[in-house]
Amino acid sequence: MSNSQDPVWRFLLPSFVFVGVFSLYPILESFRLSLYRMILTLPWLGQKFVGWDNYRDLITDPVALGSLSTSMIFVAVTTPIEVLLGLAMALVLNESFRGRGWLRAIVLIPWAVPTVVSSQMWRFIFNDRYGLFNYLLYGDATQLYWAPLAEPGLALLSIMVADIWKTSAFAALIILAGLQGIPGELYEAASIDGASAWRKFRHITLPLVKPALLLALLFRTIDALKVFDLVFVMTQGGPADTTNLLQFYGYKKSFAEGMIGYGSAIAVVVFLLSFALSVFYIRLLGTGLLRKGRQT
Amino acid sequence: MKKFAFAASVAAIGTLTLLPFSWFVLTSWKSAAEIIAIPPVILPSFHWDNYRAAITRYGLLHYIGNSAIVALATTLVSLAIASLAAFALARFKLRWARYYLMLLLALSMFPQIAIAGPVWRLLNFLDWLNSYHGIVAAYISLTLPFAVWVLTTFFQELPYDIEEAALVDGCTRWQALRLVVLPLAAPGLFTAAILVFIHAWNEFFFALIILTYPALQTLPVGIALFPGEYTMPWGEIAAASTIATLPLVALTLIFQRRIVQGLSAGAVKG
Repeated sequence: MSNSQDPVWRFLLPSFVFVGVFSLYPILESFRLSLYRMILTLPWLGQKFVGWDNYRDLITDPVALGSLSTSMIFVAVTTPIEVLLGLAMALVLNESFRGRGWLRAIVLIPWAVPTVVSSQMWRFIFNDRYGLFNYLLYGDATQLYWAPLAEPGLALLSIMVADIWKTSAFAALIILAGLQGIPGELYEAASIDGASAWRKFRHITLPLVKPALLLALLFRTIDALKVFDLVFVMTQGGPADTTNLLQFYGYKKSFAEGMIGYGSAIAVVVFLLSFALSVFYIRLLGTGLLRKGRQT
Repeated sequence: MKKFAFAASVAAIGTLTLLPFSWFVLTSWKSAAEIIAIPPVILPSFHWDNYRAAITRYGLLHYIGNSAIVALATTLVSLAIASLAAFALARFKLRWARYYLMLLLALSMFPQIAIAGPVWRLLNFLDWLNSYHGIVAAYISLTLPFAVWVLTTFFQELPYDIEEAALVDGCTRWQALRLVVLPLAAPGLFTAAILVFIHAWNEFFFALIILTYPALQTLPVGIALFPGEYTMPWGEIAAASTIATLPLVALTLIFQRRIVQGLSAGAVKG
């Protein structure tokens, strides 16, 4: 059965080429570029090796440090809310009721809406003169209307709302898959023993759905570090740099200002951060989940 | 009482999910005066001027065409490469298959900014910036890890006997893939295709940095960079957004079960 005319490597070669050229090489190259000072669009000016200077600038740059803490706050606030909302949605979707198929499809809609579209949509809802948000808060009293996207603090909150709206459904799907793996007999046995709904949730559902919750948390955390579209469309990092999430700040430095060396230093920090978080969560999850279903 | 609470939570989930986007869709049918009216006009006068303006004044059809070309090309090439790789990983008893899958998983987690600068420089060097093949190459590398994961999972679940019989009868591995595995895995391929298509259709970050010529830009770039300094053309933006989202909502509603299955194959097992 060993076919010399089509060896294994031929099947894997195309994927190796793409992964190597467009993923692995760029990551290593980002490390290298972060040690240089150069302008992206003016490569003929040359690249000057500056060692760790970009990193030194990074830790003394108040905007960069602000960007880092904004990103951390964003992750810390949005991911638990998304996972909790996801759990609530999953618990509802796990019941059998009329229209369940419909609800499950509806819940997926925010996930399918392009992020750029949902960003414009929330920008419209948060409009300072005719946004639905202001109308729901203050009705006709237009003199009280806020400009949430132009106020430090509120702008970040608005972006969080937009992110939570769009991504809770994804958390719900992962958690729902976890809930559906819990054998029904456990609940039947508990019912016979006279356990209350809360006790069943506390002692059966929660422990058994924990891996799915952690997995949802892992995916949401990783994605929260990637947030870009919402910031680009809704605030451009403002007001006063209060919504400068890391991926946007890296883009701004590398592409809008062309400082690719400094931008790469930011990229490396974001990369290491998400790497560390992934390793942390995967440790927490245990390797069991990552083991493949059937080894052939 | 319990029934009521449950019905209320079902209603709350449905409303909170649907309300914001429905509001935007309704906006696309409103006149300029209706859009800025306080109190808000709920039911629009259903006129199509915004759609007409989005098409004639803002070149909406152009963006749709670019998005369709880029998303379809990405889907086709990414799936072709991923099925070859997934077949090898699921069937060839490679000792390092696990490590390659782990590497792909790790790559799919990294933020795009980590590779954006070098990818831009590479495409610039190849003179592939502002070209369909440039953006498609970047998108293939973004979608490949996910596609390989999902397809490997699907291929592993296929029965091995038919394929084994084919190989014993003198089929090459290539023929086994083409004549046995791919037809059997058609539902899985289709699921992966929908998810890769949605990803490519929605992607904004790489499109923004790679496509700077308006003639080549995709829908997300067009919608994000909608011109308008002092007064935003909200009606036109809403119209363009509705059109950009419609195919995805249709796909989601029709293939809901597959999408959920594919996402959990990509997520839970990976």
